[in-house]
Amino acid sequence: MANTVEFELVAPEELLFSESVELVVVPGAEGDFGVLPGHSPLISTLRTGVIAVYENDTVNRRIFVSGGFAEVTPERCTVLADEAVALESVNRSDVEERVEADRDLFDAASDDDKENAAAALAVSEALLLALDTVGQA
Amino acid sequence: MPNLKDLRVRIDSVKSTQKITSAMKMVAAAKLRRAQEQAEAARPYSERMDRMLGSLAEGLPTGAGGPELLAGNGKNNVHLLVVMTSDRGLCGGFNSSIVRGALQIIRRLLDEGKEVKVLCVGRKGRDILRRDFRSLILDTFQDLGKKRLSFADAKTVSDRVLSMFEAGEFDVCTIIYNRFQSAMTQIVTPQQLIPFRASDESQADDASDSVSSNDSQKAVYEFEPDEQEILEDLLPRNLSVQLFRALLENAASEQGARMTAMDNATRNAGEMIDDLTITYNRTRQAFITKELIEIISGAEAL
Repeated sequence: MANTVEFELVAPEELLFSESVELVVVPGAEGDFGVLPGHSPLISTLRTGVIAVYENDTVNRRIFVSGGFAEVTPERCTVLADEAVALESVNRSDVEERVEADRDLFDAASDDDKENAAAALAVSEALLLALDTVGQA
Repeated sequence: MPNLKDLRVRIDSVKSTQKITSAMKMVAAAKLRRAQEQAEAARPYSERMDRMLGSLAEGLPTGAGGPELLAGNGKNNVHLLVVMTSDRGLCGGFNSSIVRGALQIIRRLLDEGKEVKVLCVGRKGRDILRRDFRSLILDTFQDLGKKRLSFADAKTVSDRVLSMFEAGEFDVCTIIYNRFQSAMTQIVTPQQLIPFRASDESQADDASDSVSSNDSQKAVYEFEPDEQEILEDLLPRNLSVQLFRALLENAASEQGARMTAMDNATRNAGEMIDDLTITYNRTRQAFITKELIEIISGAEAL
């Protein structure tokens, strides 16, 4: 059996990532889990967090997801993300702007929209946090 | 005999119309390509979503007891129809064929004594439906995806549908949209979203007595947190995805229909210009001949 697992990351608007990897760590709703080849079949929801893709025992890619689902079989790992951002492709000031914009929206939102705005704000803040954590590592 | 000047003006105006229609055709062709690419890009997600939903639904006892989005709420009285049309006209039979399909469904449901509610996506459909069924239309979504259709657009529609469903305002939800087949053909497609019809549901008819055996033969997936909870997350998500897919198909169809319509219009304008030019030349010739005859007969008279 191959010693890699097919990892696919799909956002509603496009297929973002599809290749063979050695290990991928996914932020599951009840804790992060790593997927190696031969993982037992699993379906899980995701929490907001960072997917780490390993190559040669080091992380070579980190992708922020705001939530979604993961389906794991022995051969592949499919992540359906609500929103996915590759951390190496964003710069900090853009994210800061986004946090600001979401905060403004949250402040301006009426009671009906408060919940949605809060969710959006939480996501962008988490993205900023993820970015900072990676920067330090 | 037609006036020469009038003819000339007429030819000019048809010519400029032709320029407009051929430009619109070109724009539609470019937009069509983009819309198709987008629809293509969105396909993997919905395919994988289907697969996941399939493996989830397999493990669930079918019939009553499942989540309402999947199994329905057991009633069949109030129907919600989401009619997807375009915001703009000049796209041939695109809007009218959707509306015709929608009207058929509405009439049939009303004849069966059901209650019908309509949500319009796109201004054109609302305008036409308003003539006959003004009272049924609840709301209209306009200017969705004016620049580029995003998932958030589909989400606004699905959020509305979901909150209505949770409030018990309808029992069955059907969307009607144009499925894109080619630039020439679009197929009006009604699709039932709530209760959700999985494509391979028919084989699960012996669920009641075989839950245990069912479990033993599939028993492949672990679920985190648990099946029920995942399903509760996944089903609303699936609704948005289905709506998004329909919106994308519809957008591609719209551009395809517009391209074809504008191609026809350009061709018709060309034919008209040819006809008018012939008439113009004949008339001009006739005038010259007439003048010559007048001069000659005048000279002869001297």
